[in-house]
Amino acid sequence: MINTHKREEFDIEINQTVGKPFIKDAKFSTRNVDVFYGEKQAIFDANIDIGKNQIIAMIGPSGCGKSTFLRCLNRMNDTIQDCHISGDIRLDGEDIYQKQQDPVLLRARVGMVFQKPNPFPKSIYDNVAYGAKLHGLASSKIELDELVEKSLTRAGLFKEVKDSLHKPGTGLSGGQQQRLCIARTIAIDPEVILMDEPTSALDPIATAVIEELMISLSKKYTIAIVTHSMQQAARVSQRTAYFHLGYLVEVNDTNTVFTNPEHRLTENYITGRFG
Amino acid sequence: MISNTKKIKNKLAKRYAKEKRFQIYGLGAIVISIAFLLSLLINISTTGFPAFQQTYINIDVDIDSKLLNLDGKYSEQALFSANYRKVINQSLKTLFPGVEDRRQKRALRQLISKSARYQLRDFVMNNPDTINTKQSLWFLARDDVDVFMKGSIDRSLPESDRRLKNFQLVWIDKLLTENRLEKRFNINFFTQGDSREPEQAGIKGAMIGSLLTMLVTVLLSFPIGVSAAIYLEEFAPKNNRWVDIIEININNLAAVPSIVFGLLGLAVFIGFFGVPRSIPLIGGLVLTLMTLPTIIISSRAALKAVPPSIREAALGLGASRVQTTFHHVVPAAMPGILTGTIIGMAQALGETAPLLMIGMVAFIADVPQGITDPSTVLPVQIYLWSDSPERAFTERTSAAIMVLLGFLIVMNLLATIMRRKFEKKR
Repeated sequence: MINTHKREEFDIEINQTVGKPFIKDAKFSTRNVDVFYGEKQAIFDANIDIGKNQIIAMIGPSGCGKSTFLRCLNRMNDTIQDCHISGDIRLDGEDIYQKQQDPVLLRARVGMVFQKPNPFPKSIYDNVAYGAKLHGLASSKIELDELVEKSLTRAGLFKEVKDSLHKPGTGLSGGQQQRLCIARTIAIDPEVILMDEPTSALDPIATAVIEELMISLSKKYTIAIVTHSMQQAARVSQRTAYFHLGYLVEVNDTNTVFTNPEHRLTENYITGRFG
Repeated sequence: MISNTKKIKNKLAKRYAKEKRFQIYGLGAIVISIAFLLSLLINISTTGFPAFQQTYINIDVDIDSKLLNLDGKYSEQALFSANYRKVINQSLKTLFPGVEDRRQKRALRQLISKSARYQLRDFVMNNPDTINTKQSLWFLARDDVDVFMKGSIDRSLPESDRRLKNFQLVWIDKLLTENRLEKRFNINFFTQGDSREPEQAGIKGAMIGSLLTMLVTVLLSFPIGVSAAIYLEEFAPKNNRWVDIIEININNLAAVPSIVFGLLGLAVFIGFFGVPRSIPLIGGLVLTLMTLPTIIISSRAALKAVPPSIREAALGLGASRVQTTFHHVVPAAMPGILTGTIIGMAQALGETAPLLMIGMVAFIADVPQGITDPSTVLPVQIYLWSDSPERAFTERTSAAIMVLLGFLIVMNLLATIMRRKFEKKR
């Protein structure tokens, strides 16, 4: 009963994203983005800007398309068979889906941290150095050593691992592994970091460390984070986007979304009535 | 009304009994298989071990240049073609004077291996100054003497049923009392090729043949198989009809009887491409065909088992698909790939049927020097020997099986070491 009621409400009301989806000086801007997995449409007409040096949080119930949307931003969806995307996604005004765009270059500019910590089954040092080696960012061993140390320091991990740099990265704790993945991502100095539920596998203490890290990183990087924790979104982000069943329902400043949501669906979700 | 606790309790005893029964079945299965394995190993080693010893006969040889037909010229050519047989026969005669009967004379010559004259020739050619002297030399005993010495011929049998006649036994007893018969380590078994005479037959030809064939097989099937698996698993379009057809065919090929691969090799490699038969090259080619499906299937399984998060991590850092595959996926899958390869190679090492089709079953006495020399392989050698009527080949068959098993253990050991190395790197 409640469900049908919601669906009706939803059909009537979601035509356009409410709130303030567009901003000036956007790093990313997406217009009319539709994403399909085969026949099934996962995202309907998403329009949103992502601001420079800001953290934007994407929230919503499971299966609402927020992760899918995030993965469109660095073309990770290219690797999925029969996933296709229409619409316009621009990074610094450049269409990232145009033919000339090289996904390898794009992914060097738009880094990603995944839900489950996924360090390579190699040493901590090699994990961090891999991207730099790949793109030829360090010209000497000394430079590479410095880069590894700098990246680990910025990820707040160096103190803990400085004596075990050549031990396998998979031997670290979950929180340390995730920070290692962040260090690995920032080692190639991307412009944007996408984080797909980076703390969902971690305990509250490790989560707090990572959240602090995100805030300090946002001074330099644009960060888009998908999260299931509304508290986390409230704590770290400047703007929040609410997704529902593939629709981008509402985008606004985080404060506004959590204190004065415009849309009923958003309100229902953040007050815990469903989701 | 019975409570749930009671219901569960009532069934509990039955459940535990079932569990125990199942454990007993499993344990029983293991005990039975170990018993079979042990009896097999014991049987093979007890029959095979005597083959590592060989009886030698000591004879005082009068290296008379007249008997040798050497008229004062000791050139290499003359020494090579001299009549050593006569010298040995004469020496035997002096050892057992009074043997005049023709049949007995022949029997006397049969105490000693036919290869004795070549042994003597090698000795004389190495030491030409021994000509016209008397030398006490050890020669290979004939297989019947050897078998008797190892206790496989029963004295109590009636003479007509015995390989050695009564007068031969008398000679052997005389030799024994004079300490002229001795069992020594059978070095020939490891340094000689095949022979029709059991006492001369060795396994070196088959060992080198197997080694060369395996080398060809691994050098071809590993890169081809792994590349095919990598392409099919990582790069080929999914849900494509052609890829599906290829996949089904590979799976079916793994189940094709191996002799069919032999026929295929005969038709394609020998018939069409004109590769000579009986050589390790053609054996390796045919065994490659046979092992490819095994390697491809197991490599694909190993690649599939690599968590996708590793691929995502590499792609997310801006690695290309090829870099992702070769930097992360293949190293992570390597232990599994190696296991599959070693299973395929072990299969190939023990394979006989396809090799019969391409002429590797021929009798080849020479040790092959390269992959284009005619040769045979260990399992075929076992097959050939097991088919020979001489009693002495029985023990050699078992000994060859032991060598084959040793080969397998060494191969597995190497693979395990390599596996460990790859696992340690991670």
